[in-house]
Amino acid sequence: MTAPTGERDELVIAGDEDVVRVRQVVRGFALRAKLSLVDQTKLVTAASELARNAVNYGGGGQAVVELVGNGRRVGVRARFADDGPGISDVELALTDGWTSGSGLGLGLSGARRLVDEFELETEVGRGTAVTITKWAR
Amino acid sequence: MDRIPILKIGQVLLVSIQIDLQDQSVLALQEDLAEQISATGAHGVIIDISAVEIVDSFIGRMFATIAATSRLFDADTVVVGMRPAVAITLVELGLTLGQVRTALNLEKGLAILGKLAAERELAEGLDDLDEPVQANS
Ligand SMILES: Nc1ncnc2c1ncn2[C@@H]1O[C@H](COP(=O)(O)OP(=O)(O)O)[C@@H](O)[C@H]1O
Ligand SMILES: [Mg+2]
Repeated sequence: MTAPTGERDELVIAGDEDVVRVRQVVRGFALRAKLSLVDQTKLVTAASELARNAVNYGGGGQAVVELVGNGRRVGVRARFADDGPGISDVELALTDGWTSGSGLGLGLSGARRLVDEFELETEVGRGTAVTITKWAR
Repeated sequence: MDRIPILKIGQVLLVSIQIDLQDQSVLALQEDLAEQISATGAHGVIIDISAVEIVDSFIGRMFATIAATSRLFDADTVVVGMRPAVAITLVELGLTLGQVRTALNLEKGLAILGKLAAERELAEGLDDLDEPVQANS
């Protein structure tokens, strides 16, 4: 069980300037959670990929960033949700190098490798939500 | 949207990225650089990322695109100053910079470009020697 420690921020992600803002906010939380520099960089990079996906494929959405604790450790959790078309084949979308557009196809699969916890919920026609967590060591 | 300045130093174009890049700025930089390389006939491009805190797949792809574009104009690209945390993250993200040359710092980047330019001149000289020689009649 993880209980939120109270600090939380919500951001609208509509355009690519919001992707930059998400990176900055997530960095701030990562600093507060005292993640190592490498872990901060990994988390911010994963967040950047997921925020961009919400803009490019989900037609925009919302990011919620929060400080979390599980009694032993502190971490940062970020959730990226959109009301876009959803993902019909999740396994394919999570394949390295697969893209339906003109990307490198490393956003989802790469983000999953960069964090400690990765959860993808999606429903065709309803939208997509990806939640990632990185714990301080 | 911020535009990244391009400096010309001798035969080299220098781009020093000092801000958190939004995708539009990345695309604009790719275009501006292609124009500048073709207009100036520069033999090399240096992209200094020592101030860059994260490189995600979109920004990483820019390096490859710039390197490929510069090759079309007979110029080489070197990415310099990548932070260790960024390098570690890129590997885990799954991004191989493949054809993109990297160097520890600006000085080493310039040395690489100088060497490549010298090699190219030498190769051109040898090509001239290869010109068919008129047979004596
Ligand atoms: N939020 C989303 N909504 C709908 N489809 C998505 C979303 N995120 C990712 N996808 C799909 O998954 C594919 C892979 O995404 P990703 O790994 O980030 O690579 P890329 O963005 O380079 O295509 C995308 O091309 C897209 O088809
Ligand atoms: Mg993506």
